[in-house]
Formats: sequence, structure tokens, C-alpha cells
Amino acid sequence: MAIRVFVVLFILLSSSYTISSLYEDQVGLMDWHQQYIGKVKHAVFHTQKAGRKRVVVSTEENVVASLDLRRGEIYWRHVLGAGDVIDQIDIALGKYVITLSSAGSTLRAWNLPDGQMAWESSLSGSKPSNSFLLVPGKSEKDTVIIAYGNGCLHAISSVDGELLWKKELDEGIEIQQLVQPFGSELIYAVGYIGSSQFAAYQINADTGDLLKYESEASPGGFSGEIVLVSGETFVAFDATQTHLVSVKIRNGKISFQQTHISNIVDNLSGKATLLQSKLAGIFGVNVGTYTTFVKVTDEGQFVVLSKTSHAAALSDVLPISDGHFAFSIIQLDGDKIQQTVKDVEDWGNDFLIERIDMTEKRGLVHKVFLNNYIKTDRSYGFRALVVMEDHSLLLLQQGEIVWTREDGLASIIDVTTSELPIEKQGVSVAKVEQTLFEWLKGHLLKVKGTLMLATPDEVAEIQKIRLQSSGKSKMTRDHNGFRKLLIVLSKSGKIFALHTGDGRIVWSQLLRSLQKSEGCEFPVGLNLYHWQVPHHHALDENPSVLVVGRCGSKLDNPGVLSVVDVYTGNEVNPWGHVHSISQVVPLPFTDSTEQRLHLLIDTHGNAHLYPTNTEALEIFQREFTNVYWYSVEADTGIIKGHTLKSTCTLEVEDKYCFSSRDLWSIVFPSESEKIIATVTRKPNEVVHTQAKVMAEQELMYKYISKNLVFVATVTPKASGEIGSATPDESQLVVYLIDTVTGRILNRMVHHGSQGPVHAVFSENWVVYHYFNLRAHRYEMSVIEIYDQSRADNKDVLKLIVGKHNLTSPVSSYSRPEILTKSQSYFFAHTVKVVAVTSTAKGITSRHLLIGTVGDQVLALDKRFVDPRRTANPTQAEREEGLVPLTDSLPIIPQSYVTHGLKVEGLRGIVTIPTKLESTSLVFTYGVDLFFTRIAPSKTYDSLTEDFSYALLLITIFVLLVAIFVTWYLSEKKELEEKWR
Amino acid sequence: MEVIMRSRPIIFLVVSFLIGFFFLQPVLSSVAARSDDGHTINGRVKIPGVLSGKLSDVKVILNGGKRVSFLSTDGYFSFNDIPAGTHLIEVNAIGYFFSPVRVDVSARYPSKVKAALTENRKGLNELVLEPMNEEHYFEIREPFSIMSVVKSPMGLMIGFMMIVMFVMPKMIENIDPEEVKKAHEEMRNQGVPFSSLLNGAAGSALS
Repeated sequence: MAIRVFVVLFILLSSSYTISSLYEDQVGLMDWHQQYIGKVKHAVFHTQKAGRKRVVVSTEENVVASLDLRRGEIYWRHVLGAGDVIDQIDIALGKYVITLSSAGSTLRAWNLPDGQMAWESSLSGSKPSNSFLLVPGKSEKDTVIIAYGNGCLHAISSVDGELLWKKELDEGIEIQQLVQPFGSELIYAVGYIGSSQFAAYQINADTGDLLKYESEASPGGFSGEIVLVSGETFVAFDATQTHLVSVKIRNGKISFQQTHISNIVDNLSGKATLLQSKLAGIFGVNVGTYTTFVKVTDEGQFVVLSKTSHAAALSDVLPISDGHFAFSIIQLDGDKIQQTVKDVEDWGNDFLIERIDMTEKRGLVHKVFLNNYIKTDRSYGFRALVVMEDHSLLLLQQGEIVWTREDGLASIIDVTTSELPIEKQGVSVAKVEQTLFEWLKGHLLKVKGTLMLATPDEVAEIQKIRLQSSGKSKMTRDHNGFRKLLIVLSKSGKIFALHTGDGRIVWSQLLRSLQKSEGCEFPVGLNLYHWQVPHHHALDENPSVLVVGRCGSKLDNPGVLSVVDVYTGNEVNPWGHVHSISQVVPLPFTDSTEQRLHLLIDTHGNAHLYPTNTEALEIFQREFTNVYWYSVEADTGIIKGHTLKSTCTLEVEDKYCFSSRDLWSIVFPSESEKIIATVTRKPNEVVHTQAKVMAEQELMYKYISKNLVFVATVTPKASGEIGSATPDESQLVVYLIDTVTGRILNRMVHHGSQGPVHAVFSENWVVYHYFNLRAHRYEMSVIEIYDQSRADNKDVLKLIVGKHNLTSPVSSYSRPEILTKSQSYFFAHTVKVVAVTSTAKGITSRHLLIGTVGDQVLALDKRFVDPRRTANPTQAEREEGLVPLTDSLPIIPQSYVTHGLKVEGLRGIVTIPTKLESTSLVFTYGVDLFFTRIAPSKTYDSLTEDFSYALLLITIFVLLVAIFVTWYLSEKKELEEKWR
Repeated sequence: MEVIMRSRPIIFLVVSFLIGFFFLQPVLSSVAARSDDGHTINGRVKIPGVLSGKLSDVKVILNGGKRVSFLSTDGYFSFNDIPAGTHLIEVNAIGYFFSPVRVDVSARYPSKVKAALTENRKGLNELVLEPMNEEHYFEIREPFSIMSVVKSPMGLMIGFMMIVMFVMPKMIENIDPEEVKKAHEEMRNQGVPFSSLLNGAAGSALS
């Protein structure tokens, strides 16, 4: 009877879908969310006549945001679409933020206080061109905005976005600057015609009338951008980049003056760049190590003013009262920032010189934005917004850094994790914990909370106790493996270590090897790999990660390698620039110091072994014949399998270099198939069992191979965005390919479908998301792969007698007999990224983590994407937990792991197993960061955090009392009985 | 479905149209107009119970994220320079679920535009998008109830004890007294622990 009851209960419990949902008061207990904006491109201050002082910025992550000037917090923020790059921002009427985007075709006005869009205006034109934005008057009477884009000059009313006038500038002119001198009604548009002609338009801002047009050929020609020096003076390099040319427009006449670059900077090596300070009458020449400031006289002559000892950045000119203009020069001198605010009229007159300590290394100063205010003693005060090389944003005011924003974290390239150090012996945890009385009090409060008797004050206290008692921000390893370090590499070449407990930055390091240097003009970071994960032999060593980068974006540029200590952030072993890197193959071998062997494939097909020591070489040579890898050439539609041949035959002998040969290749027909996605299993994924027990005692064997790759191809015509192809001319083909033998194990065609394809491969299944053009809806499909060669091992008798092939070796060379099952479902949302939870032993059921276009992350139980689903499952299948088939996948709001939050600009989801089998850590990144932990099958192996120990104690106590009372009563009764 | 063609799509025109001709033209679709280099899709997002000025975090997404548009104060949005073909519009607002919308822009009849919700294939007369349902991201804490206490492991333990204490003796009552005696004797002989307890309980019930 009891067993029957238990079974019924079990079925009841297991048939309810497990949703990892939260109560509202649990937000922030195990998750954190951080908001960033990215590297600032433009900044406009809004400080006059404003209660809340703010600065409006636009960034390279395509964010327009309004920041609190006192603290650096975000008031509001919008992430524009990927193709809608912000060109310029400004403030109009004192209440609108104006953004010009999409190469000058879209002009939007945002309400300054709350970020609501006020109006939007689309600017059309005939040809693509540079784009410029001018908001002439900052006063509230001027209502006109001048925008240049698509070869046309537009004047737009800032009140409602209506077009006032439009002026098409001559074809053939490439506008380089749009300028309106202070207090003038005229606009100058200057640019090149061809490579040597300089042209200038003078236009009335109110009417759009063309007042003057001048053009003049310069003997030396031009190259590069024109730098604006004053309203009538411009400077550019000549065609050979050896001379500086000044252009002066006076009384409608254009005159040129030239000087050799060596007259301005001495012993120039490398490239000089011009620094603009809008309308300051001067400009800077930056040669990397120092900056020279040059004044252009009324006659167009160059006069060298001064030279800084370090590379500097210049701000635009800021009008301060009564006709004075100021601008700022910021340079970095060791660990000090030096800010100089100068008077435009008088070079020798410095308004301000400040030297500010900066303890952290942030690289060079990239941009400065200057703002002024009037101090209480009526003197001028200046504040400067500084953008550093590591993409961080600082506000300098009164000789100190008021606030800092680590906006490098908005552009994460790759993430990996590391364990924290083990807790040192001798430090008792108990001492840190509260006393027993406080512990009891806390639990009593929790009981009150669960019984809903707590007052709001008490609820707040409960929340505080919860946060404290979890001890989640400690710097040591915990029992459950929740506390870890997230090592993230950002676009700026800076590495951060974030604590999973509260998301704080433990350390950060601007990598020297990923900084601009001679011979490596534009270094980019690519990936992070676990280099050393000490656990058995080398426990006293710190773990480290391998940073792989490249000089420039081309595949055959030299690579950059560096090893970074995870606990300190120091670069342990910077190899510097090496051979080109097209692929990194982490090998499953480690040497005696637990350094993992990596094979780096260069563009010539040679494989380089790291670490470069003899021991690693020895280990590698043992496994020499067992190393296989594959490469995908998406442009030509070829997938190739490679293996090693012999040591390299280079001029310089290198025993760590090996040549390779092609084993197999698959060529997709270029006219009908284009590779759009390839996905493999995560190499460190753990699968608990190969067997899958079905209803009615059926058994199937999963085909688990690490050498499978999922490839999706579409018709080339349909490789664009949705709506660009009709259903008849588009098809999606998916393949499962064995990467050792090159065998195609499965091929499936989805007619009338197109990409983009987002796929995830785990255990023996692939789930992929694509667009069905016929239904005009998104679909998700699943393919499960089963091993048929073991299918007849179900007979127990055979197992006993020994007639089974379970012990036969599994070989990648053998031809597998496989069975695939597949099913498709509709899915409502566009997907940006798909991932799957991973746990320590692979026992817990899996959830798919789907990053939707709304920048939320949805956890979808794998049971919903099971090809065995049928519309009417049998009783046995129902008991097994099979969900009846529906045509679309359910979206349960409670299963959004990001709950009410958005991870703006979502780009990636990383899952990390914990020591606790039921739980998986999830880190999602984009412009924002979000971290949480989820338990796909609920936390069956631990008590929940709000488990009430006090209630347990009380129950036990009551039970004990009850036992004694009843015992006493029965004794008494027995005695009475005996007396009777 | 009736559609109006305009050479330059301007949002306030649509508004005035809506106000001015609403009664004259019961079905009005404000979807497309042809400009020189493409079509324009205009539409509106309406969330019941939400003031139109509070829509600053709502995004309208065309064709899976290639273009993103924001809502103006009244909830209007527009996409310019759209090629003819079939497009997908998604609305993204925290707290609401919007069905994606399929929009057909025809090249031959630039004024002819069809729109339909993809989730339930419902056609739209005009491009006014409303949420299909609200999304609540959190479980709602149930108020304190006796049942929740009873269902908890502790409640079950107490309940079981109660049954043993009060119901069991009643059950024993119905059994033949001689058999009970026999059982008692057997228990005594075996020396089962807690026998005295059970004895006591049974005894008290018997008396």
C-alpha cells in the first residue's frame, strides 16, 4: 500500500514540469546584473540650468546613454540596432538628445530626462557619404539642426523633426568637415574633389541658400582626414604623407601653405597622426611617444608651440564666459594623469594644471571631453571626462578621479573560469559566523517570513542576513563549488577576473602583449584557454590561462601568445609575436606541472606544440598518430580533416613544429550550399550514462562521440536576412560529420527554410534554430543519435553468457551503425545565442538556455525537444515523463533565468558546472553582464537556502516532548490499572 | 483590406487620419508607402493599461534584429527603405509577450500590405500591435495556509503521529480483545522496544 502511494506521489511530482523559477524577493540572492555602455565615442555635457547634472554619451557598442555626472550611474540607455551605427550626438533645445545614425540616414531625438524617443526622421539622399551633425545654437530659440548624410545637407526642425530645407551638394565632392564658427549664421562644408582639389561651400543656415562655392587644386594633393583648426583654417597631410598642408579660406579665396613634417617633429619614425581640437586655432601631431602642438597663423604658417613628453589627447574647445575659450590637454606620465586646461588666445596662460594619481594601469588617454562650471568663489572650475585605452571612463574634477566606469566589460571577447584558492588551514569558518543566539534569531525571523508574519523591516533584515550568511563573496573555494573566478578578455586587451559571488572585479590587467607596439599595429584578442589547472601534482602553483591574439584582423597576421596567472593577473610567460594562428587545438594531455598541451595550427598547415619543453614533446610524440583536427573554410565551402605528418622542414630548425597532411575533405557545391554554422560538443562535457531507458523497459544506446561536427548550409541566395529569399529558392541542409574519418553520418534537408542557424550540440543530440519561410515562423529542430551496433545488448541472458559486445573497444575509425531521430517545433522568438546547462557528472537533466532577441535568457527543458514526443503518449510514456507533442515550444515566463532583467546586446552564454551535481552556473554577457545559478531538476541534493532549520528544531523538540508526555501518561495509566 | 498610399510617410499624418477619418473609414491600414528607394512600414504598439509616455524601453525589431526601431511618445514606429517581400516584426517589451507579425510588402501593388500574427495566424487590419499576454517572471508567494504546513515534511510527521496516537487505538478497539492479548504476550516474549508504550496506548484505549 505504502509503496503504491509512494509511486503515485512520485509520478505526480515527476510529471509536473520543473521550472527553475524564483520568488521576487529572491532576486539578487544568487544572481547579479551589471550594466555597461562600452567605449565612449562622443560625449555632450548637460550641466547648465539643470537640476541633475548629466553627460550624454554614445559608444562603440552602439549605445546612447545619459549618465549621472556625480556618480557615473546610468539614467537611461538605448542600444541601437547593429546596422544603425551612431555617427554623432548632440543636445538640442536643452531637452532633446539628438542622434545621427546609419551613416547619416536616421536622425532621432530622445527626451533628455527619461530617454523616451520624441521624434524620428529619415534622411534620404543619393549616395553614401560621411555624415556630420551640427546643432548650431545651444539656446532654446534656435530650432534648426543641420545634418549631412548621403551626400545631402538637411536642416531639420528640432521641435518635431520636420525637414526645413534640403540641399544636395555636388556629386564628386567628399565632404570632410562641417563647421559653423561660434556665433555665425554661416555653415562651411569642406572636402575633397578627387585627390587634389579642395572645395568649400558656404551656406546660410537659416535658408539653405548656397552663398559661395570655391575650389582650388593643391599642388601636393591630400590624403587622410582634414583637421579643423579654426572656422576658416584646415590642416591635412599631402598625398605623400610627408608634408602638412594648411588651407585657409579668406574672403572667398582658398590659399595653401606647405611644410615638411620634419620641420614640426624631429626624427620621425613610424606614422604621425593629427589631433583635432575643434576651433582652438591649434592642432596636435601625435607620433606615438610624444605630441607636438602647432599653431596656424593668420597667414597659414605653422608655428610649433610646445612638445609634451608623453602622448597626449586633446579636447574640443569650450566657450567659457566673456569671449574666452579653453581646451584641455591630457597626458599620462607614469602613474599620473596630467591635465592642462589652456586659454585658446594665450598659449602661455594655463587655467589649470593638475596631476592626479592613478594607481591602476589603464593605458594611454584616448579621448577627453571638457566641461566647465563656476565655483562658489566665482572662479572657473573644470571637469574632464577621459576615455582610456582600456575603454574605461573617468571623471576628473578638482584634482581627483571622481568616478570610474569599467566599460571594457561591455565588449567581452571570451570567458573562462578558474577555481579560487583553497581555504588555508587554521582560519576557522565558525569564528566568522555569528554566535548561536544570533543564528537562532535569524532563523526565527525566517520562520516569520515564511509564515508571512514579518513586518517590512524584518523582511529587509531577513534579506540582509541571507546575503551575509551565504558568504558568497569570500575569496576561497567553497564546498559546493559556487564561488569561482570568471576570467574575461575584453576587446581592449584587458583581462578581468570577476568573482562569481557578487560580480566584483578581483583584479584587472591591461595585457602588454595585446597593446599596440612596433610590428603589431592593431592587436586583437581572440580566445582564452586553460593553460594550467593544478589539482593533483602542482597544488602550490597558481592556475593560469593562455591568451591567444593576433596582430590585425587578417588570418595570416602574426599571432600573439601570453600566459596569465589567474590569481594575480601577472603575465607569466609572454611569448610575444609568433607564427600565424588559424586554430588552437587543446590536447587532453598535461605535463608534470599540469600544463595542458596545446597545438596551434598556422595558416601554412603546420602545427606548433606548446608548452615548449622536452617533457611536453615526449608526451606528444607518444600520441603523435592519434591527433586529428578539422578545419572549416566557409568562403569556399570546404571542410577538411587533418593529421600530423612529420616535423617541419623550415630554415630554422624547430622541433616543436610539425607538418600536417589532409586526410579527407568535403566540398559543398558552391552554387547551392553555403556553410553558415558549424558546432561541436564542448570538449569538457561529461555524460553520465550511455544507456537511455525508455518506457516499457526498452533500452537505447546513445551515440556519444567527441568527433562529431554539426554543419548547416543554406542556398547562397538565402544567406542574407529574413525576407530576402522566397521559400522556393531557399533550403537548409544539416549534416552530422565524423571529424576523424570525414564520414557523413546524417544529412537532412529543410525545404523552404533559411538561416541564421543557432545550434547547440550536447551528449548525443543537436538542437538548432532556423527560420521556416513557408510558415514564416522560427523553428527549432532536434536530432538525436543512437548507436545501433549495441542495440541487441538488451537481452539479459546474452549479457550473462557473455555474448555481448559491450567490452569491445570503441574506435573512431570503425563505421558506426547509427539511428537518428528528429523532430521540429515552432518557436516564437528570434534567437541570438543558444547554450546548454552543464553539470559535474552529467546526471541532472539538461536545460537549453536560449538568448532571445529581447536580450533575455530562457531556460527550456530538454524534455520539450525530445524526438520521441507524440500527440498522444501511452500511459507508460507519460509515466516516463514524455511531454505530449505540441506544434510550438512553450514559453513559460517563470523560466526566464534573467527574470525581469535584460542583458542588453546579448552575445554569449557560458555555463559552468559546480561541485553540486544539481546546479550549474550561468554567465551571460553582452553590453551587460548577468550571472546566476540554476538547478534544472531543482536542488535535489541540497536544502534550499530558505530552508527553515528553526522549524525543524521546533518540530523535533515538540516530538520529543510529545513522546515524554505520552510515556508519562501511559506509565500513570498502567499504574492505575495495576492498583485497580 | 484597404490601404492608403502616401508619397512621404509622416507619422502625424497618420494620427490626423486616424482622428479625422476614423468614422468614415472603419478599416484603415497605415502600413506602407512607396518612396524613391524602398517602402515604409508604419505601425503602432499599444499596451493596455500603460501610459503611452512610458514606452521608452520597448523595441520593435525587423527581420530578426537587422533593424531596431523605438517608439515615439504615442507608441508609433516606422521602418524606412524596406524592400518588397515578406518581413517579420517583433515587439520586445519586458513583462509582455507579443506575437511576431508577418508583414507582406508587395512590389507590384506598393499600397497593398498584409499583416498577420504568426502565433495564431490572425490577420490584422491595421498595424496596431498589442501584447498577447502579460508575462510574470516570478512565482507568487502563496499566503500562509494550513494546507502548506500540513504538506511540509514536518506537518506530515506531526500528522502521522496524530494518526498513530488517536486513530490506531480506535482501530485496535475493533479487533477481538483476545487476539490483542495474544499479540501483547508475543511482543513481551520478543522484547520489542517501545512495547510498553504501545501497551500503554492500547491499554488506555481499552479501558
